[in-house]
Amino acid sequence: MKIKKISFSLLLIASVGNLLGQSLGDQISSGEIHGNFQLNMQYYQEDSLIGAYEVPEDVLMNGFANFIYTNGNFSAGMRYESYMNPILGYPSGFKGNGLGYRYASFTNDNMSVTVGNYYEQFGNGLIYRTFEARGLGYDNAMDGIRIYYKLAEGLNVKGVIGKQRESFDSGVKYGEGIVRGIDGELSVNDFIPSLSEAKTRVILGGSFVSKFQPDQNSQFNLPENVGASAGRFNISRGKISLAGEYARKINDPSADNGYIFKEGEAFYAQTAFSTKGFGLTLSAKGNDNMSFRSDRGAAQTVLQMNYLPALTRQHTYNLLATLYPYATQPNGEVAFQGELVYKLKKNTFLGGKNGAGILLNYSTVYNIDSTALPASDTTQMGYTSNLFSVGDTKYYEEINVEFSKKFSKSVKAIFTYSNIVFNQAVVQGKNPKDHPTIYANVGVIDLTYKINKKHAIRTELQGLFTKQDHQDWATVLVEYTYSPHWFIAVMDQFNYGNKISEEQIHYYYTTAGYVKGANRVSLGYGRQRAGIFCVGGICRTVPAANGITLSITSSF
Amino acid sequence: MKNLTLLFAIILSGTVMFAQNDKRSIPSANVKTLNGGSFNTSELNNDGKPMIINFWATWCSPCKRELNNIAEVYDEWVEETGVKIVAISIDDARNMGKVAPYVNGKGWEYEVYIDPNGDFKRAMNVNNVPHTFLVNGNGEIVWQHNSYSEGDEDELYELTKKLAKGEEISH
Repeated sequence: MKIKKISFSLLLIASVGNLLGQSLGDQISSGEIHGNFQLNMQYYQEDSLIGAYEVPEDVLMNGFANFIYTNGNFSAGMRYESYMNPILGYPSGFKGNGLGYRYASFTNDNMSVTVGNYYEQFGNGLIYRTFEARGLGYDNAMDGIRIYYKLAEGLNVKGVIGKQRESFDSGVKYGEGIVRGIDGELSVNDFIPSLSEAKTRVILGGSFVSKFQPDQNSQFNLPENVGASAGRFNISRGKISLAGEYARKINDPSADNGYIFKEGEAFYAQTAFSTKGFGLTLSAKGNDNMSFRSDRGAAQTVLQMNYLPALTRQHTYNLLATLYPYATQPNGEVAFQGELVYKLKKNTFLGGKNGAGILLNYSTVYNIDSTALPASDTTQMGYTSNLFSVGDTKYYEEINVEFSKKFSKSVKAIFTYSNIVFNQAVVQGKNPKDHPTIYANVGVIDLTYKINKKHAIRTELQGLFTKQDHQDWATVLVEYTYSPHWFIAVMDQFNYGNKISEEQIHYYYTTAGYVKGANRVSLGYGRQRAGIFCVGGICRTVPAANGITLSITSSF
Repeated sequence: MKNLTLLFAIILSGTVMFAQNDKRSIPSANVKTLNGGSFNTSELNNDGKPMIINFWATWCSPCKRELNNIAEVYDEWVEETGVKIVAISIDDARNMGKVAPYVNGKGWEYEVYIDPNGDFKRAMNVNNVPHTFLVNGNGEIVWQHNSYSEGDEDELYELTKKLAKGEEISH
C-alpha cells in the first residue's frame, strides 16, 4: 500500500512536471550532474600460510557510486553502496545494498545550508571531524543540518547538529548520540580593512562541540552531555608561519578510558620556514584521554567525533607502509616531528648536472608522564598527568633520509634510508613479554628508466633488517608503463630472514591495468598485505588478500 | 529520508531527460590557502587561458613524480600556452603543515591549495590521487585523467596547446 502511494505521488509529480513542460525542463537541464564509481572484487584462495581462510562465497565485492546534481546555488547528491558480501579485512558494519549518503544544499547571500549527510571539520579536527576513507572502511558522516554563515568580511561561522553514521546494513544505521557544534574563524586581515595589505597575516578560530547520550548505566552516574572546546591561531609573515591549537574536553567516561572521570586535553603546534629550494617544518603534538565518540561504549573506528593526527612520516614504500605504521594512541602520547626539504642546485658536487633533492624527517613519540591513582581513590579520576611532560616509554622513533637525483634525461633515482624504533606492544596492543620493541633499518632504491617518450620501467629494491618480530624482509618491484593507457607490475615481498623457515613467505603480486581518461581498470593476482599501495600510477588503501582482484574506478 | 530520496529521484530523472549540456563547471568548495586562509574554488580562473587542476598528496609517490616532472618544463608550458597549474593537496591535519615547505623546497611555481577534509575532492568526484582536470578558458572542465605514468605529461601538454589555440578537445 505504502509503495503504491509513493509510486502514485511520483507519477503525479512527474506528470505535473510534464504539464509545466518546457520551463521546468529548461530549469532542470541548466544544471549539471556528475559522479564517480568504484568497484573492488576479490576472488579468494585459501591460504593457511598468511592466515587467509576459505571464503564460502568464493567472490566478495565492495562498490559504490556517487551522484551530484548542481544547479546554480543548489546542489544535491547521493551515494549508493553495495557490499556483496564485504571483502575481507573491511571492518564489520558494512553489509548489503542501499543508499549510504544523501544530501541537499543551497547557498543564499552569505548563508549556506546543508540537510542530510555531510562531512565537516573544525580546525585540525582535535574535537570535531567527520570524514570518509572508503578504502579503509571508515565513514562517520553526519546526518542532520549544517549551516555556514559569513557574518562579515573575514568572519565565518559554521554550525552542525545531527547524528553520526554507525554502520551500514542495506541502509545507514545512525548512532544514538546527538552531536552539536559551532565553529568561528576570524581572518584579522580581511576583517580590518586597514590591515588588508599588512605583511603579517593572522587567523584566529574557536570551536565548541557537545554530545548528548542518555545514561542507562545503573552502576555509575554518567554525564549525559559532554562538551569540548578548542582555540587556534595561525600567524604568518612572508617565509615564516606559526600555528597552534589547544583543546579541552570535560569528563567523558567511556569504554576507551575505562570509565574514568578525568578531563581530556590536546594540543598541536607547528612552525614552518620556507623559501625557494628550502623548506623546514617543526611540529609538536600531545593528547591525553582524548578519545571522543558520540557513543561512550563504541570501539575501533565506530562513531569517532574527533581526529588526532599521527605525527610521523606517512610512508608509501611497501615495507615501510605495511609493516610498522604508527597509529595515534588517543589515551595519551606526546609527539615531535621535524622535516627539511632542500633542493641541491645544478652543477654542484651532490647536485650534479641535473640537480638533486634531499628530504630529512625525524619523528618521535612518547607516553605522557602520568601517575595512577591508588585503589583507595574514590574520585574515579584514574590517574594524574601533565600533558606537557614527556614520559619515559618510547612508542615510536624514526630517522628518514631521502635523496632524489636525476642522472640523465632518462634515468632518475630516489634513495631512502630509514631507522625505525617501533613499540609493537603499545601500538598494536600486543603482550609486551613476547613482543619486544622493534629496531629496524630500511633501505629503498627507486629507479626510473624512461625508455622513450611513452615507455618507462620503474624498479624498487627494498630491504628491511631487524632482529625482532619476523626478522628480515626484501621487496622487489618492477613496473612497466606505456603512457597514457597501460601498465603492468610484478612484485614480491619476501620474508627471507624469518628464523622459522616455514614462515619465510613470499607475498608475490602481479597487476596489470588500463587507464583511459577517468576510467581505470586493473586486474591483480597474488598475496597482498594491508596498507597504502602505490602501484600502477595511483595510491590507494588496500586490505590483505590472496587471490584475484578486479578494481574499476570511473568519474564523469 | 524517503521524501528526500524521492525528490532526488525526480530531479535525477528530470536531468537525465533534459540534459544536453556535457560541459562541466568547477564546483564550489572551501579549501585552505598555504597560509591557513579560506578560499572558495568557484573563484579559480586563469583570465581566459587554460588551467590544470591536479589533486595530489605529500604521501603519494606517483603524484610527486608527476608534479616534479612538470615543474621542470613548467616555464615553457606557461610561456607557450599561458596555462596555470592549480595543485590541490588532499593532505589532512597530519601532513598539511608540511605542504608549503615541500612545495617551496621543490621550487614549484604552482598555485597550491589544501583540501584537508576532502570537500573539493568529493565535489570533483575524485576516486584516487593523482587525478588531473583540464579546464578551458571559459572555466569549463573539458578533460580529466586518473593516475600518472612517465610520459603522461606529454599528452596533457598537447591537449593544453590545443586549448590555448581555441580548438575543441574530445577524449
